[in-house]
Amino acid sequence: MEFQRIDHKDIVGWGVDADKSVRPNYPMWKPATEGTGAHWAIPEQQPNFKDFYSMERPGPTHVFGSTVPPKGLSGLIRKLSFAKFSEGHWEHWILLLMADRIGVFEGIIDDVLHGTMPRLLKERGWEVDKKFKTKRYKKVVTLSALAVLAPIVFIAFNMNKNEQPGAR
Amino acid sequence: MLATNYRGPYRIRADFNKPMPEIEHPNDAIVRVTRSLICGSDLHLYHGLVPDCRVGSTFGHEFTGIIEEIGSSVQNVKVGDHVIVPFNIACGSCVFCRNQLYGNCHETSPQASAMAGFFGYSHTTGGYDGGQAEFVRVPFADVGPYIIPDDIDVDDAVLLADAYPTGYQAAEMADISQGDTVVIFGAGPVGIFAAKAAQWMGAGRVIVLDRENYRLEFVKKFAQCEAYNFLEMDDPVTFIKKITDFMGADSCIDAVGCEASGSKLQGILGVKMKIQAGSAIALQWAINSVKKGGTVSIVGVYGPTANLVPIGNAVNKGITLRGNQASVKRHIPHLIQKIRDGLIKPSEVLTHKVPLEEVGEAYHLFSSKLDNCIKPVLIPPSAMH
Repeated sequence: MEFQRIDHKDIVGWGVDADKSVRPNYPMWKPATEGTGAHWAIPEQQPNFKDFYSMERPGPTHVFGSTVPPKGLSGLIRKLSFAKFSEGHWEHWILLLMADRIGVFEGIIDDVLHGTMPRLLKERGWEVDKKFKTKRYKKVVTLSALAVLAPIVFIAFNMNKNEQPGAR
Repeated sequence: MLATNYRGPYRIRADFNKPMPEIEHPNDAIVRVTRSLICGSDLHLYHGLVPDCRVGSTFGHEFTGIIEEIGSSVQNVKVGDHVIVPFNIACGSCVFCRNQLYGNCHETSPQASAMAGFFGYSHTTGGYDGGQAEFVRVPFADVGPYIIPDDIDVDDAVLLADAYPTGYQAAEMADISQGDTVVIFGAGPVGIFAAKAAQWMGAGRVIVLDRENYRLEFVKKFAQCEAYNFLEMDDPVTFIKKITDFMGADSCIDAVGCEASGSKLQGILGVKMKIQAGSAIALQWAINSVKKGGTVSIVGVYGPTANLVPIGNAVNKGITLRGNQASVKRHIPHLIQKIRDGLIKPSEVLTHKVPLEEVGEAYHLFSSKLDNCIKPVLIPPSAMH
């Protein structure tokens, strides 16, 4: 393997931040002497918390997200995860992952009930494969077509054979 | 409104029927998105690796937008301002925010005390919808959003929401002194910016490792550094020792995170079976490649709960391990000055501009690294011109 050597005088801006005191994150704990933009000592509490909070906290945070509140079977599993296990337990996260996977099926059912048929190929971005991985795309399409057609042809062939006189 | 809608691992679409966000707290703002990026860490969500990522969520933590509505207590921004929105949601008043650790805010993520609130990054980071949408709710509008200066292009500005400050902070946490040898694992956008920042900090050598040749070629030009493909090596650690007189690097940066390739064992245990929190092979290489007494800086995203890393080596070698989510607000003025000084044009990493409606294709393109994709930007219909 060829090793590369680069002369510093050719590097644009080399060493402009060599002095550590000019770096914004130095030192890491550094009071915001010009303020943070906050004009409150304690933020106002956002109302209507309808989700779960970690048992490693006294309660919900003063501000929180409200998208996709828990519901259904996945919601019950999330409730169990937050009620029984703290963040340091593997079980807490595995239950949440399990709820996520159950949520996928709940999402498909929800789509169908609301008149939206899931378009799996579009959602997975298959148009991109058609353009940039053409060989793979053609192979998958061909194999999928064969997988669908082969049983149909087989059944049709056998039905045809059974209808002929003397066939068993 | 149009917004991305996560439907499960490897499935994402844009729907027109997402309800408009509303003011839910007096310091909220509603922002009309002008640019929204897909991050490498969004791929962990897309691949189903992040717990409590609920079907129906909208992703997107790197975005710019125009303020359309403000809550009753908002003072520092007004309707019509075009702002960069840092990925951190920070209250500005907890002990961490008061000390400028905005990525560690204690008042914005109820579901996990280890995390601050982030936009569009599952309920593990607070359950906020993200900016891969036409409109987004921005909490603590007086703390986070930064008005884009007139002389800064929006395509450069949007990279200040996450990738560019994260790359810079990665180099800061590596504690680089003039003349140091720095090895960066990962030539994605964050690794690319980290390499550039390491040069600004006076590194003697900057060495980037990745598996994609097109990304290595890009970082060689962008950061004027050495770049090598680890697929051409038997062992990256041995390679790094050989090119550093068998001492190791002064600092190593992990800019890869939990879906690192390079070890079948790590991949099977972490990515496939989820017995550990993804594959930590890049971090393993970083710990093993750094010299005794050196520093390993971690900005790659890892989730709960634990990973296989050679902690014994970290102890025996006396290594300093540093990691954090970038404190974006703290970095913005300094990094804007670098753009003004002509030292960097961040938008060079934006390789694909994609309409928001084609988000499924954009994620697949980025995930599979097709068409030499480094970083895609999503553009909502109202911002298409």
